[in-house]
Amino acid sequence: MRIAVFATCLVGTVAPRAATATVRLLERLGHTVDMPADQACCGQMHVNTGYGPEAMGVIRNHVRTFAPVLDGRWDAIVAPSGSCVGSIRHQQADVARRNGDDRLARTAEQVSARTYELSELLVDVLGVTDVGAWFPHTVTYHPTCHSLRVLRVGDRPRQLLEAVEGIELRELGEAEQCCGFGGTFSLKNSETSAAMVTDKADEVVATGAEVVAAGDWSCLLNISGALDRRRTGVRAAHLAEILASTRDEPWQGADL
Amino acid sequence: MSTFLGMPTVRPQPSRPPRDPLRWGASFPHAAHETLADGQLRANLRTATRTIRDKRRRVTAELDDWEQLRDAGAAIKASAMARLPDLLTQLEESVTARGGVVHWARDAAEANEVVTGIVREAGAREVVKVKSMATQEIGLNEALAEAGIDAIETDLAERIVQLAGDQPSHILVPAIHRNREEIREIFTHRMGDAPEGLSSEPRELAMAARAHLRARFLRAEVAISGANMAIAETGTVAVVESEGNGRMCLTLPRLLVTVMGIEKVLPTARDLEVFLQLLPRSSTGERMNPYTSMWTGVTPGDGPQEFHLVLLDNGRTRALADELGRQALHCIRCSACLNVCPVYEHTGGHAYGSVYPGPIGAILTPQLLGVGEPGGPAGAHDPTGSLPFASTLCGACFDACPVKIDIPAALVHLRERSLHPPGPHAPSATDVSMRVAARVLSSGRALRWAGRAVALVGRLTGGRAIRWLPWPGSLWTRVRDAPVLPVRSLAAWWARRSLR
Repeated sequence: MRIAVFATCLVGTVAPRAATATVRLLERLGHTVDMPADQACCGQMHVNTGYGPEAMGVIRNHVRTFAPVLDGRWDAIVAPSGSCVGSIRHQQADVARRNGDDRLARTAEQVSARTYELSELLVDVLGVTDVGAWFPHTVTYHPTCHSLRVLRVGDRPRQLLEAVEGIELRELGEAEQCCGFGGTFSLKNSETSAAMVTDKADEVVATGAEVVAAGDWSCLLNISGALDRRRTGVRAAHLAEILASTRDEPWQGADL
Repeated sequence: MSTFLGMPTVRPQPSRPPRDPLRWGASFPHAAHETLADGQLRANLRTATRTIRDKRRRVTAELDDWEQLRDAGAAIKASAMARLPDLLTQLEESVTARGGVVHWARDAAEANEVVTGIVREAGAREVVKVKSMATQEIGLNEALAEAGIDAIETDLAERIVQLAGDQPSHILVPAIHRNREEIREIFTHRMGDAPEGLSSEPRELAMAARAHLRARFLRAEVAISGANMAIAETGTVAVVESEGNGRMCLTLPRLLVTVMGIEKVLPTARDLEVFLQLLPRSSTGERMNPYTSMWTGVTPGDGPQEFHLVLLDNGRTRALADELGRQALHCIRCSACLNVCPVYEHTGGHAYGSVYPGPIGAILTPQLLGVGEPGGPAGAHDPTGSLPFASTLCGACFDACPVKIDIPAALVHLRERSLHPPGPHAPSATDVSMRVAARVLSSGRALRWAGRAVALVGRLTGGRAIRWLPWPGSLWTRVRDAPVLPVRSLAAWWARRSLR
């Protein structure tokens, strides 16, 4: 399959390792991977902060960049983020329509129908749960709100993780409770956000796991930031990093 | 004031009684700053919300058709809102035909005036009340007090709140912010007829309240209630409750006044089937609530012999005009969204500065007050304008809502309304930075440059965590380290890989 990777703006600038892991994983599985140069952002931050009209240019760029999927340039688009795929699938067309661009809305809908979050792509489209990964660590998984309640990925990440060789999964308490990130919420309501991430970090520490994993770097940034501040020694890994890790190329836990 | 009354440990929350029950206190982040610091409050809330949450999960999971019930509830509400004017006039005709009197109130002042007039004409100085959000919303108790009429709340938690001089902090469990030790204090010092040496044992507290309330039920001439539902077809009004205090108020007094938000009307009696299943399971986590009272106008020789129904707008038609936001009017006040909300669990209800707290409050209050409308509240720093921002958009509320109100979508929409009031206005610092960000995020080239700049900082900091950032980054580094930055940009990695 020819697959286009949408790294997302956050991963693209601050945490490239989620994108590079996605690329390595998909190539290992025998696919041809592309990373379109014009990609930037899905528009979620603007839309969710109340700047829908201002997000139009961002959405337009995203749709234009990935529209070649409709002409067969790629078979699918994947992003290592439940949150961004959620916005692409459930917000872009709505925002475009409300701001009077029906054509953009229609194209956005068509592109979004070919866009998948990583665990969706692997399990539903590529039909694989054992990706041949090796990850000899104890891991606790935070399922992230948008993967759970916007995309409804269900237990797909879990199916993938359970097939990883050497991994020991630890159950996270109150796993489905939000970590308190919420995009600009973490700044606008920073004290409430701080109280929420403190609870999440407590739950992570209580598992005794070496690694906290998730399918979204935004949530991980929040959780691992709190864990690092407390010097817990718990490290963060994106789902893609765990799945990309093999005996030959084991996880380093650092960027590039 | 509190020292004078001899109760130094239990202060009213908030400390001053609000003038507007829908809008009091500071903006959400500032109000939350106060409530987050109250360790006792957070412990009370954590225990209480988690208990109700688990109960709700159990009783909704046992119904095979729960999802279909939710769909039915949403569909009935949507269709009722689409023909609200017709249903309301039909309700008026049905109630009048059965001997009731219907009043229409545009706003809180009109509703209070109508109710005060009725009570005054009846010559009553004391009225008993069934817990009602609509009367909370209009500040009816305060309006009655100004007219020299003593309104006594008879729901146990609502009575606690009233005696403490508090505002409710939860729709269903208004005293959720108080624990039993505080309740003992409140009863001892404020109830007037509390038994000597009252302990904080739940049974003792309940018995004290029971005796206190029983005396008032038996002497009441007038009762005031809200309504959970009213049937347009028959004129039947329904109140759903747990303690039996409602049944007392609705049957014993001579005269009954019901204040009802106009969105509570349902087309037919058959619709009750859906809501009498959805409501108890979603609110108290029970299969069925202990008391369901229904009455149709006046029945000679049985129950109140005079019945008045006050139909309250107070911003509801304004909310109805918002295509996306109007679904907030579908709310049946079960408060399931409060109990699952991680923000509510941490801040408590008082941070929302409205009688409607939690996720539903964050979309209902701004609409009732016309956020972003000409002359209406606006902006992320306004007490009302800040409410739609009081959420991480985690979606737990949407999943819990028995009538499938898409609260996250409504929150996003109201954020936009709050930030884009009509007419020219000077852009805020956030407006400007978001516009700049939009330029960068609309261009692959600009974002690649941003990635290179980040990697440059990454090389300069050499894999060390950044523990402190200047404002606004300090809002992040208050409790978190900033991420260790990459030393090479994604674009650079990809370019090199493509060369291989």
